[in-house]
Amino acid sequence: MSSLLQTIDVNKKFGGLSAVTSLNMDVGAGDIIGLIGPNGAGKTTSFNLITGVYTPTSGKVIFNGQDITGMKPHAITHLGVARTFQNIRLFKEMSVLENVLVAQHMRMGANIFEATLRLPSYLKKEKHVHERAYALLEEVDLVEHAHAKATSLSYGKQRRLEIARALATEPKLLFLDEPAAGMNPQESVELMDFILKIRDQFNLTIVLIEHHMQLVMGVCKRMYVLDYGVTIAHGTPEEIQKDPKVIEAYLGVE
Amino acid sequence: MDFQTFLQQFVNALSLGSLYALIAIGYTMVYGILRLINFAHGDVFMVGGYLAFFGISSFLIPWWLAFALAIVLTTAFGVGLERVAYRPLRDSPRISIMISAIGASFLIENLAIVLFDARPKAFPVAEFFAKNYVIGGVYVAGISLLIPIVTAVLLAVLLWIVNRTKTGMAMRAVSTDIDAARLMAIDVNRIVSITFAIGSALAAIGGIMWALKYPRLEPLMGIMPGLKCFIAAVVGGIGSIAGAVLGGLLLGMVELMTVAFLPELTGYKDAFAFILLIVVLLVKPTGLLGKNQGEKV
Amino acid sequence: MNTLLTQNDTQRRDRMLTLGAAVIGLGLLFAFDSMFDRFTMQIFKLCAINVILALSLNLINGFTGLFSLGHAGFMAVGAYTCAILSMSPEQKEANFVLQPIMPVLLNVQMPFLPSLLIGGLLAGFIGWVLGVVTLRLRDDYLAIATLGFSEIIRVVLTNAQTITNGSLGLKGLPRFTTMWWAWGSAIVITLFLVLLIKSTYGRAFKSIRDNEIAAEAMGIDVLNMKVLSFTISSALAGIAGGLLAHYLTTIDPKQFIFLKTFDILLIVVLGGIGSITGSIVSAIVVTVLMEALRFLDGPLNLGFMVTNGIPGLRMVFFSALLMIVVIFRQQGLMGTAEFSWNSLARIGLLPKRGQKSGKGVE
Repeated sequence: MSSLLQTIDVNKKFGGLSAVTSLNMDVGAGDIIGLIGPNGAGKTTSFNLITGVYTPTSGKVIFNGQDITGMKPHAITHLGVARTFQNIRLFKEMSVLENVLVAQHMRMGANIFEATLRLPSYLKKEKHVHERAYALLEEVDLVEHAHAKATSLSYGKQRRLEIARALATEPKLLFLDEPAAGMNPQESVELMDFILKIRDQFNLTIVLIEHHMQLVMGVCKRMYVLDYGVTIAHGTPEEIQKDPKVIEAYLGVE
Repeated sequence: MDFQTFLQQFVNALSLGSLYALIAIGYTMVYGILRLINFAHGDVFMVGGYLAFFGISSFLIPWWLAFALAIVLTTAFGVGLERVAYRPLRDSPRISIMISAIGASFLIENLAIVLFDARPKAFPVAEFFAKNYVIGGVYVAGISLLIPIVTAVLLAVLLWIVNRTKTGMAMRAVSTDIDAARLMAIDVNRIVSITFAIGSALAAIGGIMWALKYPRLEPLMGIMPGLKCFIAAVVGGIGSIAGAVLGGLLLGMVELMTVAFLPELTGYKDAFAFILLIVVLLVKPTGLLGKNQGEKV
Repeated sequence: MNTLLTQNDTQRRDRMLTLGAAVIGLGLLFAFDSMFDRFTMQIFKLCAINVILALSLNLINGFTGLFSLGHAGFMAVGAYTCAILSMSPEQKEANFVLQPIMPVLLNVQMPFLPSLLIGGLLAGFIGWVLGVVTLRLRDDYLAIATLGFSEIIRVVLTNAQTITNGSLGLKGLPRFTTMWWAWGSAIVITLFLVLLIKSTYGRAFKSIRDNEIAAEAMGIDVLNMKVLSFTISSALAGIAGGLLAHYLTTIDPKQFIFLKTFDILLIVVLGGIGSITGSIVSAIVVTVLMEALRFLDGPLNLGFMVTNGIPGLRMVFFSALLMIVVIFRQQGLMGTAEFSWNSLARIGLLPKRGQKSGKGVE
């Protein structure tokens, strides 16, 4: 198995507080990996460390054979890593369509002169990104809202828009931070099917954070369980389910 | 330059720096609590000077009573300013509150021009403040000697309030996390009002001492000291009282010492503060004593 | 159904209306040019300059979400550069009475256009340097750093006697800024900004304004984009400064005190932070009002009493207006919305557009 993402002994300290300790993840191409654990376990911090929002205090992050530790988030996105946010971060004053368009800015490779003068070369690119944006909106069933303000969408639709926007950056690896938060059980189940679908369709590798273990059992190939920043277990869903440490951590909380 | 001259400049710088520090504290406290650059702080300082002037010149009351009344009224003015211009925007985007602060500053300045007259006024300085004293060969005006002492005393009182009283504890809590503080049943509005009251009282005292040191009042007199003191607060690390004092003293030193050693730069004096600001921010973006505050993702 | 138009029809209609409006606008300009006295003309020119200033400040404050307060400084750079480059050696010698001008600058004399452009470029370059240095800082530090920068520029202008003639300023500049120059520049710059903001770069700017962290995660090089927006904004302010210099024909450092930035900010806030049409309308209204309300500063007859002149009352009005707008109507005149012909249709002044149909490039 070739691994797409590896974190080697990644640590993050805020002041004296250890937020993440010795994170060693290994994600193979095409996998769906779950990152689970109680609130404040360091899941989102782990995402932030890998996607460049935070720089690890020590350790290394290797993506696709390249050391990306300490790189800026936009550069990491450029290499093919995309993400969604736990506390939805859409571009509020922009339309649904524009949200997806702007995520393609970096791939458009348009310089400011051709863009401002609307040269034919630019118009071609613009047409292409519009077509792609509509295709992606079709995928998440939001075409009819294309011209609505992003924040006018319902909560569940905003989450879907975030996924469409992340897909627009043409990622190899997609991080989903609690994609099912705020959804009812029916929607959550549909979401898991959707995740499987986009994995196959866009040739993705997916790492997702989830609070409810049961929900992701079905889709994840392997899982990492975090508690107080420490990886207390990892393995297949079946192994995780039986792990006494996991049961303890979860029973302590839920 | 001989030692005597150096000492003279040092004393002058200490005096000016203490005055900067006093005003800078007001900026740093308001910023610490509301994350707001109170652009109108320099204008509150100006109002303090004018109120003292009217007390002495128009109402002919003794200077000490005029000063006390001016401080009380300016404090009320500062608290009122927060009520009218900042409180309605507490939950608005930062850019709106900043524009409101600029608007308030703009309005106070223009109102001052209309009400107080744009022509400069001579501030009446009691003999006691104006008299020169000679200490160890160094000439010091009474007021220049008084400024560092007043600043030191006020600083001690302030540190006691912030660190030793319940109100101070609430202030620190609001400054750390305004929402959490609200959940802990802290009356945030009251704390913000108290902060503005303290900041405005300090600005009034600063304005009066400024007028005693440079006895000339103008409606726009608060702009430059206001900007410089904000810079002093940022240089020292905004949100930190000790930082504001350090920044104020440092700025006073840089301004007077540079001019003393390199007289040909005198014309550029007003630019030093801004150059100091840009240099410090580049080396240490949070200021000399500032803490790092990133956005939570 | 005959009142509903199809997408194509409305597009054609909007284009015709825009063209028609442009022709009428130009016609009016031409008419004004011959109809009005010089005083009125001067105000119309000032409107155009303020349109450029408001739009350039709006680019950085409204569309990129960065609070910059350095506009007066960039205007000053543009104004002085343009003035020094375009004045004749004789005029320079007549101006520099305290100390002669630097010999290199004495004999330079260029036509208006290159002087104006070089002024803009220099302002843009300084904006770029300042941007690279300060845009790494948190947002409110940028406000104070840019404000400080604009004051540094002013202090330098006051002291660089052999380049700028210090506090004496420059007098007797050629009156280059005609109605055509002023409005021509305003129209070209507006067009440029509309195209820029509608392009993928405009979307990138707005994404930074709306959510910087998400923009970075979507692959936008946020720092670079901020510097780009700041540089363009500074360059445009420099061009407006050049136009202003040759409109006033006299410049001195005091004109570029940072309060000048507040005047522009007032226009932008009233028009709506993030609206181009808002800024344009507001620039014209505020400029005209500033002149129309001059009577406030003079003696007032209130019917029951006559006051002596109260200088400053006019500015009290404007600063109070700014406060009222920020507190009660933060979005200003237009918010982030733009004027469109369709909005006229919506209120019944034009036939309504049909259902939105089809997809594709808008």
